[in-house]
Amino acid sequence: MENIQNFQILWFVLILILFIGYSLLDGFDLGIGALLPLIGKTKEEKDILINSIGPIWDGNEVWLITGGGALFAAFPHAYATAFSGFYLAMMLVLFALIFRAVSIEFRSHDDARAGIWEKAFFAGSALAALLFGVVLGNVVYGVPLDNKMEFTGNFFTLLRPVPLLFGVTGFAAILLQGASYAVMKTEGELQERSFRAVGILTWVNFITAITYFLTIAFTFQDITSNWLFYVAILCTLLWLAEILFSIKKKHDSAPFWESSCSFIGLWLAVAAVHFPNLIKASNDQNLSITIYNSSTGLQTLKLMSVIALIGMPVVVAYTIFVYRIFKGKTKASDHY
Amino acid sequence: MSALLLARIQFAFTIGFHFLFPAMTLGTTLIILISETLFLTKKDEVYKKITDFLVKLLGLIFVIGAATGIVMEFSFGTNWSGYSRAVGDVFGPILAAEGVIAFFLESVFIGVLIFARNKVSPKVYWLSALLVFLGGHLSAFWIVVANSWMQTPAGYAINEAGKIVLTSFTDAVFNPSTIIRFCHTVMASWMTCAIILAGIAGYYVRKGLHGQTARTMLKISIILFAVTPLLQLATGHIHAIEVINMQPEKAAAFEGHFNTAKGVTLYAVGFVDEQNEKTYGIYAPKGLSFLYNFDWNSEIKGLKDFPKENWPPVNFVFQAYHIMAGIGILSIALGLLGAYLLWTKKIYENKLYLFILPFLIPLPHIAHETGWIAAEVGRQPWIIYKLMKTADAASVVVTAGEIAFSLIIFCLIYLLLAVMFIKLFVKIIKKGPAV
Repeated sequence: MENIQNFQILWFVLILILFIGYSLLDGFDLGIGALLPLIGKTKEEKDILINSIGPIWDGNEVWLITGGGALFAAFPHAYATAFSGFYLAMMLVLFALIFRAVSIEFRSHDDARAGIWEKAFFAGSALAALLFGVVLGNVVYGVPLDNKMEFTGNFFTLLRPVPLLFGVTGFAAILLQGASYAVMKTEGELQERSFRAVGILTWVNFITAITYFLTIAFTFQDITSNWLFYVAILCTLLWLAEILFSIKKKHDSAPFWESSCSFIGLWLAVAAVHFPNLIKASNDQNLSITIYNSSTGLQTLKLMSVIALIGMPVVVAYTIFVYRIFKGKTKASDHY
Repeated sequence: MSALLLARIQFAFTIGFHFLFPAMTLGTTLIILISETLFLTKKDEVYKKITDFLVKLLGLIFVIGAATGIVMEFSFGTNWSGYSRAVGDVFGPILAAEGVIAFFLESVFIGVLIFARNKVSPKVYWLSALLVFLGGHLSAFWIVVANSWMQTPAGYAINEAGKIVLTSFTDAVFNPSTIIRFCHTVMASWMTCAIILAGIAGYYVRKGLHGQTARTMLKISIILFAVTPLLQLATGHIHAIEVINMQPEKAAAFEGHFNTAKGVTLYAVGFVDEQNEKTYGIYAPKGLSFLYNFDWNSEIKGLKDFPKENWPPVNFVFQAYHIMAGIGILSIALGLLGAYLLWTKKIYENKLYLFILPFLIPLPHIAHETGWIAAEVGRQPWIIYKLMKTADAASVVVTAGEIAFSLIIFCLIYLLLAVMFIKLFVKIIKKGPAV
């Protein structure tokens, strides 16, 4: 039994890493989508913003697919309960992701309706960016479960204040990812506007992050004795403060990395408060779905560990190789 | 309608729509790899133009495949949570491996193909074409593994708690139907793209557009069009034998074959009267027995050997299977005719053949849709053959109303995607390869 527990803990960490990878990478392209009407004023500026994510957004989305697959393979009950229980919310996520994906491609071929596809791209990106946090907030805050691990609430159960706060916090972090990515990839007036967006969004993130940490501290009382929670707070707030210095000095790539680090702090707080839960039961803690009562067998977890620990470094290596092909400032003409 | 039936309809609709796109992706990546290899070795600009043109089509095809593909991964949890809870040990790692080993490769390097023609050396560009081809085919491999495991499960045991656990991943992956189903699926995809490209090139040549580029496209596609349906006949034959051996009820439904007998007939077209358990149509006497092991009198099990509650809907499966097979045979004939015309160099002037080519484009799509219908409906009532029934697999907490709602939205969104896809596909074709 000792043995399988180590693998269950390992898979909690690996799935956390996959979701962090997803939120940082797809975070910046969802953020670009959600900010498109705000920082892209002309057709040319919108072209630049969309081209800056054109070659890579799809690889970024695979982090979500792999994260979902890993959840299925390691903790099938958590996957089954969350996806079936939050059915309508998951469907909204899917509809949003479909629109954000196809609208970039349709826009590039369909000049007559470019404006409609830009709106679809914006709406899809923004809705997905908001919903991820709401879903995460619910599994952390807790939802009603029965003794067969089934969700017993409804769609409106998901819309409680604390999960909504998670949604807003995640949304703000994703916007900051997008704005700081835009600073890195653009120049001139568009970059100036992106710098201003980063400045405003950093302050917004201070407000949302502090509210988020305070809410967690008051909601989960025993968290105040957990060192990881303080690491998380420091990580987020210090890196947010760094962004303010970087934009004063007009560093164009530092804000993106600092934004990413502050985002990781938000995730560390989830890890601190949530472990070993996967879906907390709000009605009775004994009904919670944890890494111990929902996992697959030892054989599957071992196999998955081999696949992940060999496969993911290779994936990261060639992803970096491809990102380097597209490094530097994006031009409006960077398109096929 | 019950929630179960609605969930099945939604899965059938979303997977049926999704499959059209990966089926086009695989073959397109093959032809891109061929033309880019020829460009690298022969340094002829014509091949570069063909690659660039196909990459534009691939971008459009791939994005719809990716957008509708994520729906499928979610659907196991959203609509089939009973299934997910039961098979996480075996099915989960297959999906996760697909992400780590295949999807990343395909998705990351497709960005290079579409956006980096002028940013990387010709060799790196060729390598990207190779990696997209490999990534695409690996994706196909893993999802075919997942499906094959549901058809012919292996590498698992049921533990004392009654739970399905993994005993051998190798056995689960290389279960009895994986390899042949993979070959049959990939060949279907290559055939699909051979016919699509032949249709496009045929149109260009007949209209006198794009000169040598169009002629070269026609040549490549006709060669593939001649070869792939023949190879598909071979994989189809081996696959059918595998089904007769491994899933005899399904094989019997394919042919509307009720009574176990020797010298069983093979129908070309027909109709199954399920009430009276009789099949009518045009047939080859003893044909099925002959194809089974080249013995006119070999015995093949009929449906009546199995409990009736485990029969699939027979006529439906029969018709789907025969539409697929009929299109396969027609493709062989038309592909060989094309090869003959190409060999005698008459193809470029043969207006009738060139005129027909674009109208063939829907055929392979109909064939692979009906083929999958035969395979999937033919497996019913099982979701995992002889292990778990579809009725026990659905999510218990999702209501019929919720599924009806999502199904309606899917219909609307996919209709929009289909209309936009056809519109933009035609637009790219009309624009044609760069001059």
